[in-house]
Amino acid sequence: MSSKATTSLPRTIAAHAILLLYTAIALFPVLVIIVNSFKSRNAIFRTPLSPPTAETFDLIGYRTVLAQGDFLLYFQNSFVVTVASLFFVLLFGAMAAFALAEYRFRGNTLMGLYLALGIMIPIRLGTVAILQLMVASGLVNTLTALILVYTAQGLPLCVFILSEFMKQVSDDLKNAGRIDGLSEYRIFFRLVLPLVRPAMATVAVFTMIPIWNDLWFPLILAPSEPTKTITLGAQLFIGQYVTNWNAVLAALSLAILPVLILYLFFSRQLIRGITSGAVK
Amino acid sequence: MEGTQRRRRRWHIAVFLAPAMLVYTAIMILPLFGTLQLSLFTADGQSRVFAGLDNFRRLFLDPRWSASFWNALGNNFWFFIIHMLVQNPIGIGLAALLSSPKLRFSAFYRTAIFIPTILSFVIVGFTWKLILSPLWGVAPNLLDLVGLKSLFTPWLGKEQYALTTLGLISVWQFVGIPMMLIYAALLSIPDEVIEAAECDGITGMSQFWKIKLPLILPSIGIISVLTFVGNFNAFDLIYSAQGALAGPNYSTDILGTFLYRTFFGFQLQTGDPYMGSTIASMMFFIILAGVCLYLFAIQTRLRRYQF
Amino acid sequence: MKTQALTALLMASSILGSAGMAFAEDATLTIESWRNDDLAIWQEKLIPAFEAKNPGIKVVFAPSAPTEYNAALNAKLDAGSAGDLITCRPFDASLELYNKGQLADLTSLAGMENFSDVAKSAWTTDDGKATFCVPMASVIHGFIYNKDAFEQLGITPPATEDEFFAMLDKIKEDGTYIPMAMGTKDLWEAATMGYQNIGPNYWHGEEGRNALIKGEQKLTDPQWVEPFATLAKWKDYLGDGFEAQSYPDSQNLFTLGRAAIYPAGSWEISVFNTQAQFKMGAFPPPVKAAGDTCYISDHNDIGIGLNAKSKNAEAAKTFLTWVASPEFATIYANALPGFFSLNSAPVKMEDPLAQEFVSWRDKCKSTIRSTYQILSRGTPNLENETWVKSANVINGTETPEAAAAELQKGLESWYKPAK
Repeated sequence: MSSKATTSLPRTIAAHAILLLYTAIALFPVLVIIVNSFKSRNAIFRTPLSPPTAETFDLIGYRTVLAQGDFLLYFQNSFVVTVASLFFVLLFGAMAAFALAEYRFRGNTLMGLYLALGIMIPIRLGTVAILQLMVASGLVNTLTALILVYTAQGLPLCVFILSEFMKQVSDDLKNAGRIDGLSEYRIFFRLVLPLVRPAMATVAVFTMIPIWNDLWFPLILAPSEPTKTITLGAQLFIGQYVTNWNAVLAALSLAILPVLILYLFFSRQLIRGITSGAVK
Repeated sequence: MEGTQRRRRRWHIAVFLAPAMLVYTAIMILPLFGTLQLSLFTADGQSRVFAGLDNFRRLFLDPRWSASFWNALGNNFWFFIIHMLVQNPIGIGLAALLSSPKLRFSAFYRTAIFIPTILSFVIVGFTWKLILSPLWGVAPNLLDLVGLKSLFTPWLGKEQYALTTLGLISVWQFVGIPMMLIYAALLSIPDEVIEAAECDGITGMSQFWKIKLPLILPSIGIISVLTFVGNFNAFDLIYSAQGALAGPNYSTDILGTFLYRTFFGFQLQTGDPYMGSTIASMMFFIILAGVCLYLFAIQTRLRRYQF
Repeated sequence: MKTQALTALLMASSILGSAGMAFAEDATLTIESWRNDDLAIWQEKLIPAFEAKNPGIKVVFAPSAPTEYNAALNAKLDAGSAGDLITCRPFDASLELYNKGQLADLTSLAGMENFSDVAKSAWTTDDGKATFCVPMASVIHGFIYNKDAFEQLGITPPATEDEFFAMLDKIKEDGTYIPMAMGTKDLWEAATMGYQNIGPNYWHGEEGRNALIKGEQKLTDPQWVEPFATLAKWKDYLGDGFEAQSYPDSQNLFTLGRAAIYPAGSWEISVFNTQAQFKMGAFPPPVKAAGDTCYISDHNDIGIGLNAKSKNAEAAKTFLTWVASPEFATIYANALPGFFSLNSAPVKMEDPLAQEFVSWRDKCKSTIRSTYQILSRGTPNLENETWVKSANVINGTETPEAAAAELQKGLESWYKPAK
């Protein structure tokens, strides 16, 4: 292997070819859905792979879906639930991870294992008890109920991953901070948190995904019209128009697009978080 | 650090731990244990009686229950193996390509490849059902374009292919996660280490194998254990693509769908929370065993690097 | 910054949250249902008709997807957050809810006298003493066909099984149409549109069904295995890749005019009417030999009951009495052609296809699906197993005899017929 060849032309072309191919695989199904959602029923079946033309362009699916549900409200509900849960998961999770990674105290390992239990059983199993709890506290059909459940659900993984990363933060740095007289809180918020930003961003992404996409708890805890999330809304539409593929494809596209836009918007922050936080 | 000072500071620990512990215990652990303890009970008319390990005996010794259980467990292992053999290597490979410093458009690739991960199971399951549908014909048409139409079979409807197909769909969806984690890990390798390697003439592929890979092993360890836990808790994709009976002929039944069917019931079958909890407990033990294996056998042997 | 953001979020969530808890001054009844297809009909026709007559009672129809309905409903009933009115699955699933005290006894409800014992049988205790749901509708099985295609090919609906298969051969030979639109991917199509559709002609409807419950017949007897053997022959007449063809796929295949025959339940009528652009006809399951008595599956499918913990029980009973009235029956049966009223009062239906289906009641003997009453109370569940086995038989991965033997073994493992 040539020693200068890190960026040789064939190698670069090969890298691009592989990445392009995989990008195509990743995007193709999504594109098929979105493109076909703009076509008439017969065109969807006859020529699923061609883009809509003047004759086959049809918005009937969107008209059907938008006439029946308040997708803007559903989207807003999903957004509030996801952002609030994410905030609490990251804040509480990082604090607990720091305590577990930083301090040696009796019961540390036990506490770590206790928190890790949650990764091992799907929280769905506790449904009946959780629902009883929410009924007793009058939180049924509120977004607060969902936020509480998702916070609890996201914490174990967050603590598990963050404590791993926090152990990699240099002790010298923290001790220097302590010698400068910083309180433990300041050490956590000012020194440690910025350093684990890349890990936080990563945890954020895949804490967010299951929350945004969850169907079960919205269905059980908050199925009422004003608290419906977008995933639940889309699922009901798919069920309702199961043979009307115009409407199904439009509902799917409407469920995909907001996440897509949100993701494209945040992915820059996310990547900046990952790259700038990386200690060089 | 002096002991006296340390003792005075101890209440910080409680402050750091309290919010997470409170929410987690109240909303997750108590309800879950409320459910798991049901595995030791059984219904007698309308009342609940203690049954000891009878449910477990039934799960393993009753031929029908045990056949379903082992079938689901076996399928689950195959599902996990597909992820380990396909998803994680592809994720690492993509991350390695993306992290090469002079690559252009890497932001575009990164963003695009992660998109399937953000989609809900409802969307993924439905989309792939449509694409693989013999009626709609996207998959047969595509194969026709490359002259391979004869290769098309109704994969999701054939016992021998359905589970593997679903495994690959799940890989398609989640490859972004190992990619992102490894990417972050690769970026956090200090430049000095890379420069030193380059001075020694280690570049390109050999640099990846000899220098970078050992440094990202802890991340690969985390990914493996996350994959394990994720796969043994998996449910949604199979449920949304194949339904709760995980057809054809239970060939795509994994522990998650088996548990769902038993615990909540399906169609005319009424839910059996006692046997359901028994299955849930078994899942819990299996995952616990896997995670312990990782924690004690693998993680302790991995060297941790502080930068 | 952080605290501000947090406060804003908390406020936002509590405002949105409280919007969800807003109470109406009137009694508001919530209906739990799996019929999300019917949302528009409830919102536009049924509920306005009721509310116009009963000011002070508001009704909300809150359906969930059919696949999640049972699980979600059970969780909500256990926790006490379910709606006032519960749409009832037929037979054992609802009986279980009544036995647990979650459905109220409606035996003495005003309007119950409008239903015959047969109509009430799906929601009555085994001893016949208590009825716990108001019957709403039954569905009939048969075959819907593309009339234009039949005219083009010069064929007429078959009466016997030989004619049926001769006709399928002819359609297949011609090649313009896929003979039959059915898939095995979703399993239940194979069992419901297949086994339960053609089966009653073999096991002679109620006669065989009751004998099975009494233990006088077994699923391995010829009259129970033969329908499987006939189903196995269907394989050659289904579309390419039928193993991965889902229920909506089948519906689309037929309504797009690509298949000639659709093994159906009458509930398809309303969907097909809006989507198919050709004339449709229907024929009952063909009999074995000309002149044999024909049997049809006329299955009590949907009822509605009262949540025993409802806080608006009086208003809910008013609503249920209305559901039991001929007025409701007429609106419902015409809004949803193919869901046939169980009300004793004759209901005038406009839809010709629905009339065709219901006319079979006069010439054939009616029965209900063989697996629904009593036989699906245990594990393994006979109905769910029948789905899996019917699909296996059509896919050709299991012989009819092996499938029947497995079903009988599963049933025997928990069911001891009362002698």
